[in-house]
Amino acid sequence: MRELLDSIGYDSWVLLALLVIPALAALGIWVHGAMLGDNEARDRASGTPRQIALWAFIIEFVVSLGLWWSYDPSTAAMQATLDLSWIPSWGVRFALGIDGISLMMVLLTTFLMPLAVLGSWTSIRLKRHSYYALLLLLTTGMLGVFVARDLFLFYVMWEMMLVPMYFIIGIWGGERRIYATMKFFIYTMVGSMLMLVAIVYLGIKAGGAAGPDFAYESVRRMAGSGGAMTLFGAVVPASLLMFLAFSLAFAIKVPMFPFHTWLPDAHVEAPTAGSVILAGIMLKMGTYGFLRFALPFFPDAAMHPAVRTTFLALGTIGVLYGALVAMVQPDFKKLVAYSSVSHLGFVMLGIFALTTQSIQGALMIMINHGISTGALFLLIGMIYERRHTREIAAYGGIARVVPLFAALLTFVSLSSIGLPGTNGFVGEFLVLLGSFQTTPYLATLATLGVIFAAAYLLWAIQRILFNRLHRVENEHIPDLNARELALMVPLVAVILWLGIYPAPVLRRMEASAEQLVTQVSGVAPATSVARAGNP
Amino acid sequence: MLLQHEVSAVGHPLAGTVAEWLWLLPLLPLLGFVINGLLSLVPATVLGPGDPDIAHGAEGAHGEAGHGVAVHAHDSADDHGAHGDDHHRVVRHRFAWLTSIVGPAVLAVAFGLAVAIFLAMRGVGEMSAPFVQRYFSWMPAGSLRIDAAFQLDQLSMVMILVITGVGTLIHLFSVGYMQDDPGYPRYFAYLNLFVAFMLVLVLGASYPVLFVGWEGVGLCSYLLIGFWFSEKANADAGKKAFIVNRIGDFGLLIAMFLLFANLGALDFVGVNEAATRLTFGGPLVTAICLFMFLGCTGKSAQIPLYIWLPDAMAGPTPVSALIHAATMVTAGVYLIARSSVLFSMAPVAGLTVTVIGALTAIFAATIGLKQWDIKKVLAYSTVSQLGYMFIGVGSGAYVAGIFHLVTHAFFKALLFLGSGSVIFAMHAAYHHTGSHEDAQDMRNMGGLSRYMRVTWVLMWIATLAIAGVPFFAGFFSKDEILGSVFLRARESTLADASWLGIPGSSVLYAAYALGLAAALLTAIYMTRMMLYTFHGPNRTGEKERDHLGEAPWIMTGPLVVLGVLSLFGGWLNLPALTSFLGPVGALDRWLEPVVGESARRVTSGVAPEPAHNVELALVGSAVAIALLGIIIAAVRLKPARLVPKAQAPEEHGIERVLANKYYVDEAYDRVVVEPTVGISRGVLWKGIDQGIIDSVFVNGSARLARGVASLGSWIQSGQVGTYAWVLVIGVLAVLGAFTIR
Repeated sequence: MRELLDSIGYDSWVLLALLVIPALAALGIWVHGAMLGDNEARDRASGTPRQIALWAFIIEFVVSLGLWWSYDPSTAAMQATLDLSWIPSWGVRFALGIDGISLMMVLLTTFLMPLAVLGSWTSIRLKRHSYYALLLLLTTGMLGVFVARDLFLFYVMWEMMLVPMYFIIGIWGGERRIYATMKFFIYTMVGSMLMLVAIVYLGIKAGGAAGPDFAYESVRRMAGSGGAMTLFGAVVPASLLMFLAFSLAFAIKVPMFPFHTWLPDAHVEAPTAGSVILAGIMLKMGTYGFLRFALPFFPDAAMHPAVRTTFLALGTIGVLYGALVAMVQPDFKKLVAYSSVSHLGFVMLGIFALTTQSIQGALMIMINHGISTGALFLLIGMIYERRHTREIAAYGGIARVVPLFAALLTFVSLSSIGLPGTNGFVGEFLVLLGSFQTTPYLATLATLGVIFAAAYLLWAIQRILFNRLHRVENEHIPDLNARELALMVPLVAVILWLGIYPAPVLRRMEASAEQLVTQVSGVAPATSVARAGNP
Repeated sequence: MLLQHEVSAVGHPLAGTVAEWLWLLPLLPLLGFVINGLLSLVPATVLGPGDPDIAHGAEGAHGEAGHGVAVHAHDSADDHGAHGDDHHRVVRHRFAWLTSIVGPAVLAVAFGLAVAIFLAMRGVGEMSAPFVQRYFSWMPAGSLRIDAAFQLDQLSMVMILVITGVGTLIHLFSVGYMQDDPGYPRYFAYLNLFVAFMLVLVLGASYPVLFVGWEGVGLCSYLLIGFWFSEKANADAGKKAFIVNRIGDFGLLIAMFLLFANLGALDFVGVNEAATRLTFGGPLVTAICLFMFLGCTGKSAQIPLYIWLPDAMAGPTPVSALIHAATMVTAGVYLIARSSVLFSMAPVAGLTVTVIGALTAIFAATIGLKQWDIKKVLAYSTVSQLGYMFIGVGSGAYVAGIFHLVTHAFFKALLFLGSGSVIFAMHAAYHHTGSHEDAQDMRNMGGLSRYMRVTWVLMWIATLAIAGVPFFAGFFSKDEILGSVFLRARESTLADASWLGIPGSSVLYAAYALGLAAALLTAIYMTRMMLYTFHGPNRTGEKERDHLGEAPWIMTGPLVVLGVLSLFGGWLNLPALTSFLGPVGALDRWLEPVVGESARRVTSGVAPEPAHNVELALVGSAVAIALLGIIIAAVRLKPARLVPKAQAPEEHGIERVLANKYYVDEAYDRVVVEPTVGISRGVLWKGIDQGIIDSVFVNGSARLARGVASLGSWIQSGQVGTYAWVLVIGVLAVLGAFTIR
């Protein structure tokens, strides 16, 4: 496989292609819509945009799949790099590349997008051209965030994905979509503004006399080094301020307690695909930002005991708080939204605990949460299309009416609970095991989260699937159709694969995780037995 | 990929024998799960025999009306679900015949393989190290290396034989018991999956792999307790079991984290090797053991986490026999025996296990005295008997604990299946007359010995076994536990340690006394159950009486086998006192390579050999207690005075407290569940989330922004007149300011 990929020069064009394919497809949909002229003609031909989008995403996925083999797991260096001049006068370059961390995020994105389209297949009826064009543009933005090696490019991509999501929630969302989308937008913008200031500051400082330099490595080399600023009369290390500026943007995105209240609203109001993408991919931007920028740039600030403890504590609070609040939600989608706060709390704990196991575990949870929560949102979307309600109390006993749906919902919930043998366990186990070595008491508290997780999800699925079938409306819900089954099959397969044989994924992330630990803590972790043993 | 196993112990005596096929053991039931699981997704059901109401009407329209009949069947199953352990004999799944073959067959083949491996193990003679098979790397991360690996040693072999052997019998019984349930393939899918996970639990070569089985059996337990999920009580019971078990799993997880952080290993070989380097009796090893034991109290239903097991009786009765008596609930006992090196290093933890075991044994036995539901009696009896096992493994008598685990699997499986056979008959009788009476309440039974001789005789055998009457299986194992704890109170590391300030030897003597008292209660409540169920006048009802009868052979057959095992199970480990019966201490010798060293560490190196007269006294008192209990029950209880449930008077005083299980469930609800939900809803969600974060900060800052903006927009009204006035006032103000100055 490797030879085949090399022979077509795969590494040199793949990342660019991944950014260009969705953008081109979006353009194609726009042209198609524009040629049709009036709205009526567009509605008649509304099957075309979803076909274009689906095929574009399938092609995208197939193209990205080569990375699995072309990526060399033995090194933490950036791979499949591409470096083009972009805005020379500002020192901005179009520089792309991936390491073990971005690799998995890219694959997660390209894997989920076709499923998100299939999940929207019939539920989106209005303005399909715009909808699918926005989904495609969003994808370019998200992938751009994961592969950018230039801070300015990163920021452009970061903002670029915000706009399509704003419209997706605002136009195709539920009843309170305007409130939700404004909240989402303003929350996120507040964070990114400060980050922009920090990026500009860092770029100018890194460049020195020769003009600004936004290249990742140049900034990283210089970012942590000294400098102090006066703030309201107090002298504060510049690196701490920069770290906090980045952290605020990322913490909101994660979302880390107490910056999470935009999430439940955005999730509940977003259409199915919006929720899938939001939970599956966009939340990972926050934790990715910590791993890629906030920690490696400012190790001293991040590892300052006060700062670190704060983040560890907020992560732990997020785990417990998210789970407890999820437990009492009457709306199933909101319940899953709060469960995301809990899951991402584990990730934050793992990141700031900073051991090889906890970082790898955090990355695993980022993937798992994308798969499992994405699957949950898809399933909620399916039942919503049939009954037009997400109220848990509106269901009950439907396992007997829709056995396939029931089996899948139970299975996916179990993976979200972290049942061993499914993906969820691997991530949680590694995070907790790893965190326990640096922060045993908080890790112990966070472990309580596994009890609450069982409580909120099992209670919810009992009230939806089990108990007496007491409503007439629920007696004749049709079970899943072929399309819906087909889109769940890959998710189920990945849930089992990552639960039973996650080693190939873990191995691809290991070098990058270890490098991160070394960079941030200044101490190399104990040598990897696994890599020495298994080539 | 999965099967490219690499045998790490190349020179191991078992290499190259049938033991190489170890991995097939859990895979066989897993295959059964896949097949039955797929069959269960086929919705169609067809009429089965045995329903006079519907069979008549649907005979002509067999093909077309199939669907309609199925719907009707669902409805009527709903009506009858209120009986708890009740399934409506109306419909038979279209592929029931296939399930009947696949379900038990995979188990039977697995049992055959287990026997073959057992013979191979006996053939190789001395085997000091476990036979470890590595399949693939499961979770490699930095210095952590967890392999998907199985290990076979004498302890796992015992467990495998019990699981597959008793499992096969219970699967066969289920064919008769469950065949006419519309969810028949689903039932067997879960049951097969359970066995697969249970085998992973006992075969896993490391704590994480064990944990896969540990949580996996919990999942199957959840699914099977809530098998008749349309009844809220059943779904509640399943959920409760899972969540309470998760509390225990929390403990096991923390124990694993402590092990990895301090020993750097999670596989049994590595941990056992490193454990001996820990400080004897130090806080670390004690903490590890106590957290691990928290896991055991969940899985094996000990105080304070026993509360899920009685509710678990909501599941079909064969499930209670397999999961909630013979196998899964004994996993905690297995875990301690498996970690005997650790526990033998931590006397305080060992004493804790003993105390909890003894308290649970007596506590559950008192509740068992006043239950009317036949399955509830057996459930509390199981909790109590598990307490005995923990007295054994806690006090370092690992073999005694495992011995009781095995004999208990025999007689308790028999008791549960026997009760299943009773319920089956009762239900059939009530179904014939359309009565909605409770088929599990002993007040509705009585005199059943006349209708079901086989079940009656066999259940008496099991009752004598559990009561500890000489030469039945339970006599030997219970006696060994009580004897060991008595002897260790005199000389052992446990006796020298102190537990919460109490000398260890006093603790052990107290445990012995409690164990003896629980034995008395056991004999009483079991005799009570037998008297009320099988003796005295029948209270089922005039019309129903004619329909009572013995179960089909597929159900009584397994009962007979279990009866034989309950009679002769004690031969596995005969005490020296009864050397005239056969070879002494077979299980002792078999398990010596696994737990021998740890057991000797507890007894300070000496094998406790009691003086002949002490041993006679111990055995004598145990026998006297058992007989006394049976006699008390027989003399004091008057089955003739019982009235059916519907006419029964309310209980008062202590009887009422016992019947309500000391109100522990209610207390947990008030103290734990309700506050958690209340605080989550009232304080965390409505208070912090919506109240503080959203209202004050998020929307508050939005309001602030809007306020500033509206002030601006109010000023900027666009009315020239206003502007003119403002201008005038402004000019006057400025002029005035200058003038005044």
